[in-house]
Amino acid sequence: MTLAPVFFGSLARRRVATLFSFAAIVLGVALGMAVEAVHDAALTEFGRGLRAMAGAADLQVVGPRGGFDEALYARLAARPEVAEASPVVEVETQLVDSLDTLQLLGVDVFTLARVTPALLPRPAQTGAAEGDARFSILAEDRVFLSEAAQQALGLKPGDQLRLHAGSQPLELRIAGDLPGAAENRRLAVMDIAAVQQHFAKLGRLTRIDLRLTEGVAPAAARVALQAMLPAGVLIEAPAAAENQAANLSRAYRVNLTMLAAIALVTGGFLVFSAQALSVVRRRTEFAFLRAIGLSRRSLFAWLLAEGALVGLAGGLVGVAVGHALAWGMLAVLGGDLGAGFFSGLTPQLQFQPWTTALYVALGVLAGMAGAFLPAREAATVSPAQALKAGDEAALLGGRGHPRLGLAILAAGLAACWLPPINGLPLGGYLAVDCLLAGGVLLLPVIASALAWLLPTGGPVPSRLAAARLGAAPGHAVVAAAGVLTSVALAAAMAIMVASFRDSVDEWLGQVLPADLYLRVGKISSSGFLDEPQQGRIKAVPGIREIRFTREDSLRLAPGRAPVALLARPISGDGHEVPLIAAARPGGGAPAIWVSEAMQDLYGWRPGQSVEVPLAGRPVALRVGGVWRDYARQTGTLMIDLEDYRRLTGDRLANHAAIFLAPGAVADQVAAALKATGEPGALEVTDPGFIRGMTLRIFDRTFAVTYLLEAVAVGIGLAGVAASFAALAAARRREFGMLRHLGLTRRQIGWMLAQEGALAAGVGVLGGLLIGGAIGLVLIEVVNRQSFHWSMDIHVPWGSLAWFAGGLIALAALAAVLAGRQAMRQEAVLAVREDW
Amino acid sequence: MNRRTCLLALASLPVWRIAAAAEPDQAPPVTFDPVLPGRTLTFPADHGAHPGFRTEWWYATGWLALPDGSPLGFQTTFFRVRTGLGEENPSAFAPRQLILAHAAIADPRLGRLRHDERAARVGFGRAGFESGRTRVWVGDWRFEQTDDRYHAQVSGDGFGYSLSLVPAGPPLLNGAAGFSAKGPGPRDASYYYSRPQLKVSGSVTLDGRTQSVTGLAWLDHEWSSEYLPQGAKGWDWIGVNLADGGALMAFRMRGNDGQAIWSAATLQPAGGPAQALPPEAVTFEPLRHWRSPRTGIDYPVEWRVRINERRFLLQPLMDDQELDSRRSTGAVYWEGAVGVTENGREVGRGYLEMTGYGEKIRVG
Repeated sequence: MTLAPVFFGSLARRRVATLFSFAAIVLGVALGMAVEAVHDAALTEFGRGLRAMAGAADLQVVGPRGGFDEALYARLAARPEVAEASPVVEVETQLVDSLDTLQLLGVDVFTLARVTPALLPRPAQTGAAEGDARFSILAEDRVFLSEAAQQALGLKPGDQLRLHAGSQPLELRIAGDLPGAAENRRLAVMDIAAVQQHFAKLGRLTRIDLRLTEGVAPAAARVALQAMLPAGVLIEAPAAAENQAANLSRAYRVNLTMLAAIALVTGGFLVFSAQALSVVRRRTEFAFLRAIGLSRRSLFAWLLAEGALVGLAGGLVGVAVGHALAWGMLAVLGGDLGAGFFSGLTPQLQFQPWTTALYVALGVLAGMAGAFLPAREAATVSPAQALKAGDEAALLGGRGHPRLGLAILAAGLAACWLPPINGLPLGGYLAVDCLLAGGVLLLPVIASALAWLLPTGGPVPSRLAAARLGAAPGHAVVAAAGVLTSVALAAAMAIMVASFRDSVDEWLGQVLPADLYLRVGKISSSGFLDEPQQGRIKAVPGIREIRFTREDSLRLAPGRAPVALLARPISGDGHEVPLIAAARPGGGAPAIWVSEAMQDLYGWRPGQSVEVPLAGRPVALRVGGVWRDYARQTGTLMIDLEDYRRLTGDRLANHAAIFLAPGAVADQVAAALKATGEPGALEVTDPGFIRGMTLRIFDRTFAVTYLLEAVAVGIGLAGVAASFAALAAARRREFGMLRHLGLTRRQIGWMLAQEGALAAGVGVLGGLLIGGAIGLVLIEVVNRQSFHWSMDIHVPWGSLAWFAGGLIALAALAAVLAGRQAMRQEAVLAVREDW
Repeated sequence: MNRRTCLLALASLPVWRIAAAAEPDQAPPVTFDPVLPGRTLTFPADHGAHPGFRTEWWYATGWLALPDGSPLGFQTTFFRVRTGLGEENPSAFAPRQLILAHAAIADPRLGRLRHDERAARVGFGRAGFESGRTRVWVGDWRFEQTDDRYHAQVSGDGFGYSLSLVPAGPPLLNGAAGFSAKGPGPRDASYYYSRPQLKVSGSVTLDGRTQSVTGLAWLDHEWSSEYLPQGAKGWDWIGVNLADGGALMAFRMRGNDGQAIWSAATLQPAGGPAQALPPEAVTFEPLRHWRSPRTGIDYPVEWRVRINERRFLLQPLMDDQELDSRRSTGAVYWEGAVGVTENGREVGRGYLEMTGYGEKIRVG
């Protein structure tokens, strides 16, 4: 017996509702797939680059960005465990008169060959370069660029390359390429001695790659070698950097994936509402099928299959759309979707059969989950009862499950206190799920409350609409559930993003108090201001105060990403720092001011005594306070510049904040400041520019989020329209009756509009409440645990009100449009249908 | 300067595959010490390094015998190169001086060479040299002199050795009292002396098995600042310990047409004074060729060498003594143990070196 046309045909009969369920599932699957595919491509590419860079290295010795004493190289290379040690000086450098940056590695070509052969340079074979190719890899003025970098910069061997080095431009000639790393767009290699000399790294190394003697276990060697290293210099397995990058971007990826999951849940709700209504309309049909011998179990299975079919179609189309979307995103935004985690990569999209299958399965699951309750409901009704007509109003949902809803909400509240698991805010996500589920379960209560609150007087259509909401909340609940989900999502994201943006804006004001900012290029590891340059800057007239900043990065624990160190003039009470908690000023050790990430990741508290490796020695410092840092998620330390110079002897600076004297003209001072260095070497900006740029980057990062919100809301709305279309069709007899009783078409239309507005209103109201709570969870739990920064809550009341009002109006319109079709029929005919 | 300059070029990383004969494209910013006639070599000072010159090498080759009497050949070469780069750079990594080393074992039972190489810049104890006595090292490879005894220590891919080399007499000065002309031009010259008849004892490790060895070796020490003569494409060189206690060194520079553009020899009869022989007294005549299955290069592996009126027949310990390291450093040449007969009677054993037979090496 084939019943497929009976059941699956029903999907085709309610085309609009099916289409929207399908669309929501496509959206959820496509987003999830796209985020996964893009991220996977980026991580694979990033990992490949790192592995090529690590080559055959078994271990890597890493330290502060400023490097560590090169004498360590001789000691390590002489160890019996070490077969070969390859010293590296790495600097980030920027091209003069360009925003392009390069990762410049100073290498020893002799040791490179046995540890990281992928970095071996190849001299160009052009006639002009041939004569001096012999020693070009050792020459001080020669640089080797990967082929991709040559292409990206439009340069070829023999061309000049001008880089920022210190506060001077450095002229180099391109002598060849890097065949082992041809695809790395930012890689440049030159001789280690030349890099040390040009970039003020004399006596310093930033990394030593080690190849161990055959038969030596890396774990054992690691312990033995670590004991030889000074404070702040660590031995890592080469995979550590890859893991750190993956961890850094994982939170971002999980956030996006969660959005996709919510879209999928919305899709499930739409399937649910469509199926629920359809099942009610087909009760007689089912009763008949049961009566002629279809088992309860088969009926259930067939109804479940209807949902699964929609899910399968949505899943299949979703993964296809997802891959297309991923391709587009990679082309437009890059591997990090514009968030800046993997600059300079050109990832290739790869088809992942298992992930793809998983997302198709998720689509099917969403469809089946949506169809589950209606299917069960339909299967439990006895045929005899169902064959009696006029029972459509008995929709599932009823009074809801307020106790269960409250319990789930309480569980969600508890989940907020869970610590991050493996660096992921799983508790936060659980809380979001609980809030959504609890909200849906409590929806009937909200509906009843709203009905009870509505005025009992007024015109007939309004009274009818209100009565319907109060008497049969099930209908409204079904339509409102989708609205609630999408509104909650949109409101939560809006609150979170508004709070974030507002906090960043305020924070920028706090961290950019000066009138002008001076820096050497954009990159602080290659550009710096030496003491004579600092003197020349100080001598510029029109300056009231000048604060130099030195930047470095430190390694505090193996396997952890480096921590940024900022040294700038800070007074004893730290009032220059955007503090959120401070210790009582106390004597003893010099103060260090730590970002919130340090508090979360390393457990440092105000007033605590900590040890920080400075200049290769552990230095005892006291945590003076905790400040907010939106610029770095892996932790930042701030120390007074005088303390830093005294402790390390490092007197360089990376940038300067300049406060103008009264009456001084900013443009003139800026011009005078630029004139203290080589043309093009110094960059002077005003805080407004930095602020504008930062906020632009911020908005770009969240552009994807806005897009997701818009689409989710659109689908939620479409779900309302589809529900009402189905509902209106089911209520043809009711409309006929009302017409008989003397209501005009216009009045029925008005009634429908109010019903639509009320149902959507219930959803919107619930969605706003739940969304507010989710927003709070996102801010206080998810963001805090993912990125380790707090923010001030800022609710965008105005835009939320516009959004809610617009949504209700659109829902009313959708209800009217849906009802119009049902009313087209002659009233008499409609009533006669059943008698 | 001379025969091994090219080897030097070959012996190092691919960057130096460009033939050493290439003209420098610009005047180097540093002045290398010049090789001038009339300088008297003094010992032990001249056993040590001469870092002011562009290139210098210590080149030990010889025949060894395993306990069961089976023969082996060995080669140890240490090059010191002053690059002319980084002279003003205060960095400890400044590549002013490089040490490059080649080592090989010729084992007839294997039928080809075992060989390996090392290269490093001088500094951080990773590589270095000494003045005043012979001491040069790179990584754990070293060649050094204590009193009048040399020691060579090498551990490479599948082989290693630790050899002690004891000279039988004073250094043998080549050319005009150590001033060795390499071509017709006045600048084509090197300071060059040899230590023939070195008594060898020590151990050789082959595939993890260490055995004691004895033998007879030859050491060249040569330094200079100028490149090969114009138009030279390669060379043939021999160093032979004669059975009667004498010694013979001979070389010829070949032009592009394969003809000699310069040759010279030093013949030291047992107990007699050394004779430096002019180009016309030396002829190299190839007798039999062997084609390398790896590189397809044809090498003349048997030679008749005329020194004045004497005619020596050179026959290799085995045909395949090609040093092919194209996969790592790109150097390809033939350096191998040869037996020497005169009138059908064995009169000595030594080493033969042939370069510039493959075109590919030099275009790199």
